[in-house]
Amino acid sequence: MRLGFFLKEAIRSMRRSAAPSFAALATVLVTMLVLGVFIPIVQATNGAANSVAGRVMVDVYMKTGATAADDARVRGELLRVPHVKGVEFVPKQQAYQAQASQYPQAYALLGSNPLPDTFHVIPDKPSNVLLVHSALTPPGASGGVLDPSIQSVSNKQSDTKKILEVTNLVTITAAVLTVLLVLASMLLIANTIRLSLYARRREVEVMKLVGATDWFIRWPFVIEGMIVGSVGALLAICVLGATKIALLDPLASNWTLIAAPRTIGFVVLVIVLLGSGALVSAVGSGLSLRRFLKV
Amino acid sequence: MASIESTSRTLRRRQGAAAAVPAAREARPVAAPAPGRSVIEFRGVSKRYSGGDVGLDDVTFAIERGEFVFLVGATGSGKSTVMRLLIKELEPTAGTIRVAGHDLGEIKRKRIAYYRRNVGVVFQDFKLLPSRTVYDNVAYALQVTGGTRREIRDKVPDILRLTGLSTKLHNYPDQLSGGEQQRVSIARAFVNHPPLLLADEPTGNLDPETSVDIMRLLYRINRTGTTVLIASHDQTMVDKMRRRVLELAHGRIVRDEATGLYTRDETTREFARRMRAPSARPPGLG
Repeated sequence: MRLGFFLKEAIRSMRRSAAPSFAALATVLVTMLVLGVFIPIVQATNGAANSVAGRVMVDVYMKTGATAADDARVRGELLRVPHVKGVEFVPKQQAYQAQASQYPQAYALLGSNPLPDTFHVIPDKPSNVLLVHSALTPPGASGGVLDPSIQSVSNKQSDTKKILEVTNLVTITAAVLTVLLVLASMLLIANTIRLSLYARRREVEVMKLVGATDWFIRWPFVIEGMIVGSVGALLAICVLGATKIALLDPLASNWTLIAAPRTIGFVVLVIVLLGSGALVSAVGSGLSLRRFLKV
Repeated sequence: MASIESTSRTLRRRQGAAAAVPAAREARPVAAPAPGRSVIEFRGVSKRYSGGDVGLDDVTFAIERGEFVFLVGATGSGKSTVMRLLIKELEPTAGTIRVAGHDLGEIKRKRIAYYRRNVGVVFQDFKLLPSRTVYDNVAYALQVTGGTRREIRDKVPDILRLTGLSTKLHNYPDQLSGGEQQRVSIARAFVNHPPLLLADEPTGNLDPETSVDIMRLLYRINRTGTTVLIASHDQTMVDKMRRRVLELAHGRIVRDEATGLYTRDETTREFARRMRAPSARPPGLG
């Protein structure tokens, strides 16, 4: 009976003060729309940055004359180097085939296989790649490398550094932007709700004088906030869904960033938006009412 | 009288301070007016506003059960301060206020709502909820106390019949005249049958004829045993009523007397006839 009463009260007050309710709803709709677009973008950017950073590795090129036994020994030595997560062996035939299929004319001219056996050494964390590199090229060792059968170790120090810096910057910027956007949305929604409550402060005063407890007055407002928040979020989701089907899905095949597998799932996004819309509005109404309850 | 007694017992129980009220008091004969039986008791009450204005200055008075009392005085004399203190909208700077034997200063903030349910209040500006019909405005006072749907269906039409609003159930306040709105506000104040009814300038916005109707309604409520305290600056009205008058000036009580003779059991019809009579001065007064 109580819940039914509060629900009826909430719906009544929304009907009777349609304009402020609509303003709150529109605010929720817009902010949720922005969030709904922004969250996947941030995620895609982070995903892209991480996958770029994940490809940072050290290449170890063997001498052309290296035997299978040499390869096995070097593999063992590489795995013992600290911060090495894994070693990937690419035999020269395989490397040749891969390159030849990419540049068939150039490799047809070459005739023979100029490529050495290669180890891709993958560090445990992208930021440790430089440590691994310096461990593989000890200053005192013969020819400056770990093992005599190693021809050379790739030297891409400056490139790696740049990649790491850029990806870090992207990740941090995205995180800061997300926090700011979420804060702005919350403030915007809370303020709109406060305005609509301000218009009804006299009503709240009368309720208090009749002997209504604070929560008796507050519940309908909280429920109203919840309804407005979820309807706003629902509309935003509809718009986002339509956009996704009409615009993104056809483009996804051409534009890999959109198709990046690490963006948030649409279902999860729907739940996040709906939940946050309803919660922020409900809490916003409940808190904003506090000022007017002091009669 | 028995019903008031029981309502006020409920009042005490709700406030949860049974210890403060000796049980012996209830056993006393109803006829003997002792200070402890007062519905309202102000003892040395002062109220100083934060701006330095004096609202009340050491005011002491008591109002007995079933009395019909006028509080008169010029604007700024402290009438509204008394009213606002009584609904605990304000706190006194000094002194104690007791309602039905209860010290208002001891009621915690959270319990104020429960206290207010036992005091009906009528305002000059009606203070109706604009988004509700007449019926819903009155029903709200019951919903607040957790009244069931059945209780609301039973009580609201009754009280609206009493106040003569049976034909206006589904109108909104802005579709009513001032007198009708004030009737709704009285109905709302009385639907819970509170032992005490406060009215702050209930006829301040109404024409004389309508004012008589409102006063008649308040008198009818008083005759059911409810203590009624009315703040008013309408001198002729007060004179005609011939009830006890408390006059305030600059925050002090300057007069406390019954203006003229009157019979407690005057019917509302006789009351209304007398109120409408042109000869304003009561015979008892020189």
